[in-house]
Amino acid sequence: MNFKTVAVLVGAAAIVGGIAYWGQDLLKGDVASTDENKIGFVYVGPIGDHGWSYRHDVGRLAVEKEFGSKVKTTYVESVKEGPDSERVIRQLAADGHKIIFTTSFGFMNPTLKVAKQFPNVKFEHATGYKRGDNVSTYSSRFYEGRYVIGKIAGKMTKTNIIGYVGSFPIPEVVRGINAVALAARSVNPNIQIKVAWVNTWYDPGKEGDAAKALIDQGADIIMQHTDSPAPLQVAESRGVWAVGQASDMSQFAPKAQLTAIIDDWDGYYVARAKAALDGSWTSTDTWGGFKSGMVKLAPYNAAIPADVVKLAKETQAAIENGSLKPFAGPFNKQDGTQAVAAGSELEDGVLLGMDWYVEGIQGKLPK
Amino acid sequence: MLLKIEKRPEASQLMVYATPIFALILTILTGSFLFHFLGVDPVEGLRNFFIKPIDNTYGATELLVKATPLILCAIGLSVGFRANVWNIGAEGQLTMGAIFGGGVFVYFHDVDSVFLLPMMIVMGAIGGALWAAIPAFLKTRFNANEILTSLMLVYVALLVLSLLVHGSWRDPDGFNFPESRLFSDSATMPILIEGTRLHFGTIIALFAVLGTWIMLSKTLIGFQVKVIGAAPKAGGYAGFSQKKIIWFSLLFGGAMAGLAGVSEVSGPVGQLLPSISPGYGFTAIIVAFLGRLHPVGIIFAGLLMALTYLGGETAQINLGLPVAVTGVFQGMVLFYLLACDVLVNFRIRFTLFGRAAS
Amino acid sequence: MTGYEWIIPVILTVITAATPLVFAGIGELVTEKSGVLNLGIEGMMLVGAVTAFVTATVTGNYFLAVIAAAGAGAFMAFLFGILTLSLMANQVATGLALTLFGVGISALIGQDFVGQPVQAIPKVDIAGLSDLPVVGQILFGQDPLVYLSFIMAIGVSWFLYKTKAGLILRAVGDSHDSAHSIGYSVVTIRYLAVMFGGAMSGIGGAYLSLIYTPMWAENMTSGRGWIALALIVFATWKPSLVIVGAYMFGGITILQLHAQAAGFDVPSQILSMLPYVATIVVLVIISKDESRIRKHAPACIGKIFHPAS
Repeated sequence: MNFKTVAVLVGAAAIVGGIAYWGQDLLKGDVASTDENKIGFVYVGPIGDHGWSYRHDVGRLAVEKEFGSKVKTTYVESVKEGPDSERVIRQLAADGHKIIFTTSFGFMNPTLKVAKQFPNVKFEHATGYKRGDNVSTYSSRFYEGRYVIGKIAGKMTKTNIIGYVGSFPIPEVVRGINAVALAARSVNPNIQIKVAWVNTWYDPGKEGDAAKALIDQGADIIMQHTDSPAPLQVAESRGVWAVGQASDMSQFAPKAQLTAIIDDWDGYYVARAKAALDGSWTSTDTWGGFKSGMVKLAPYNAAIPADVVKLAKETQAAIENGSLKPFAGPFNKQDGTQAVAAGSELEDGVLLGMDWYVEGIQGKLPK
Repeated sequence: MLLKIEKRPEASQLMVYATPIFALILTILTGSFLFHFLGVDPVEGLRNFFIKPIDNTYGATELLVKATPLILCAIGLSVGFRANVWNIGAEGQLTMGAIFGGGVFVYFHDVDSVFLLPMMIVMGAIGGALWAAIPAFLKTRFNANEILTSLMLVYVALLVLSLLVHGSWRDPDGFNFPESRLFSDSATMPILIEGTRLHFGTIIALFAVLGTWIMLSKTLIGFQVKVIGAAPKAGGYAGFSQKKIIWFSLLFGGAMAGLAGVSEVSGPVGQLLPSISPGYGFTAIIVAFLGRLHPVGIIFAGLLMALTYLGGETAQINLGLPVAVTGVFQGMVLFYLLACDVLVNFRIRFTLFGRAAS
Repeated sequence: MTGYEWIIPVILTVITAATPLVFAGIGELVTEKSGVLNLGIEGMMLVGAVTAFVTATVTGNYFLAVIAAAGAGAFMAFLFGILTLSLMANQVATGLALTLFGVGISALIGQDFVGQPVQAIPKVDIAGLSDLPVVGQILFGQDPLVYLSFIMAIGVSWFLYKTKAGLILRAVGDSHDSAHSIGYSVVTIRYLAVMFGGAMSGIGGAYLSLIYTPMWAENMTSGRGWIALALIVFATWKPSLVIVGAYMFGGITILQLHAQAAGFDVPSQILSMLPYVATIVVLVIISKDESRIRKHAPACIGKIFHPAS
């Protein structure tokens, strides 16, 4: 063993010793008190996506604003659906969070698994259908908003073609497309809906390209069920109309945005946090729309004629007071067979699992 | 004063073990600056990244759960990398393994048999190997570069999975959401420690590592892999078939990735979902090289990589650091580890004004 | 309507979809030609994208924004160079780590710029020419970076095959030991090549955040760095073929979206597979000629060079 080896070994030993000494500090127990009112949020995307996860984080900030120093909120972003989400949710529960919001459909089974292990923690899962004693579910009737924009689109289109940028063919998205088709064709029966699926929630370039393809095929109104404002930007530069998604996106398309469907979780999150803190929390299933304020529409574009704005406002009011049901019959499925007869409407259970198109939509859904 | 890097006559055994410590020290130093800059107590920052995630039994088992697919993919890839076969499509092979393995359950979901899980595992390995057989065939038959073919097949595999879970493999009671039925008990990996998620897949990974080690050190095919990788011409003179090695290393890598896929879906995931891997197949490439392509090294590298992910989650929860910081920190840890590795085969000398100091 | 007008907007869409791939691909091609494999394209593109966006938002100067993006990409590549060229770390692993790092650091830099719009770089408008039927828009109505991408491709082709410096660079990539023994500084040349690659990736990123989709959002490259990497293999390391590959890949992506919009009765997932499958098929066809690949592929790629060894 030469001198240098010894020197290296001594050095390494000194460092390991140093770490061990310092490590006492590292290994000390948690000082966080458990009587703190901690509220946890789990997001599937980064809050910088400016879409779905961003809106949930806006809801979290509303909770912080409401309760101030009485609560401490925690969020974990970009949590992958699957095993990672179970670990994160469990860690939040074990860390003494009183209520945990898990904000993606793919967190459903992990949320339920963790909820069984932590019966005293309240869980709130967005967009799922499985509940438990300490697991509530909540979602928004975005289709109500889409029904209103369908009416506007039906009046505004010159080419009678509406282009729709789809993410994945799941019931939530299909329901939105159907709502637009029913509403648009109720004011203009010649309307056709063209759908381009990009097979991602988030890829600005691809979303924009899909919008371009739809415009090139004659669409003069672009709608989207993906996260980025790229389709609106395309609409703006091509001089056609578009509808924003999740937030008011008018800064990206001041001329093109007719309106936007806004996800508003603020009220729900504040109410549920309050219930968890004062002990009145019970397991519920919330599917709120315009009435509950979970769905909002951004200010209408000044270019929309007054009579169309009036129609839109009336439609929204009618949905709010229950006199108008977007999925009330009679209407047909894509192949022309009757889906719902006059006088009846689709049950929530059917809406939840909707995997077929109504008349006026082009293309096929995978079976 | 100038730095001069000289090759050692032979790899330093001391440095094999010392370089990770150097990297650790550098990480602690830079990490402290980073955390200080972000307004976080450096001690708390480092504690949350490296110690807190695993300072309890559950956390420690989670480390193994997270490392299992990484190690499985990396051990498979390491054989190919040794033989200069650039399979970078383990993610696709993992996905195909999950499809084949999970598909067994989808079609035999009402079968309650002890043979169900073994059949799924075998089919998972076959699925991964079949997917890797495409680049192998295209390489040996048409000379098509496997970097491109294996990478492109990742995207194809993910779309195949998407097609199935959005279509015919959906849970019939699942309101048409894109997910399969939940796997039954006989299709689920046995849990090793009650109350945790540590599952049989980790044992499979350990055996895979052990088997690969034996194969590389004791068998003819292992010898051929090493020779062809180190000196292709020498391998040619010795009569080793380049094509055979390409086939072998791709099939082996694919099978291992397939095992990772099936052990994920029948382990902690418990069903088929549109996305079953957060990029394990790509991260495993780092793990393989970080582990110096050696089976034991891969185990440590896999555990370390898994720890940085767990640490990232813990840091988000306890310190409120955004996920972006964990990415920066992770990149930094890897940079140091890779950079310090130079000391194994090289030594650094300080020369004064160009003259050798010694 | 003469029946072919529809093709013009399709071509225009393909051009914007392909241009970021051309930049990143051409840059990485030079890197690889010098014998270095850098898998960090995605990370360098993201850092370029965020730098361009922030610079454009703060200064309003697009020229500066593109230069800054190139500089940021080159700096990332310089980090890669320190590790792989000076410290002889493994290139594949270091490149992947660079991507992890780039995703994180770009998100950190850009967190205050999410949700802000920026005016896209205006398109060139040459009086008279841009208004020509059919070819006017396509040839004379693009944004400046599209022209730059072609200039870079031609320039790199000329540099590599017609200049002495290019010959040296290729020699370094084909046999670093011989290049070293003739007296060329292998490491310096590789540093330059790697940083050129980073700068091009940075400009590719700038194209995303300033033209393709003028905004900043985390991870907005969505895997384009990987496609660029595949395109170089596809191009068998020939600059002109990188353009062909990028336009083919972009073209099929756009056409499948058109097929969907036209109501094709095929699941979208299968249509979405087409660009990837087509790339494989074409590669198989062109790979048959083994000698051609061997002529252009750098022999030393990914191998570590140490002058004394």
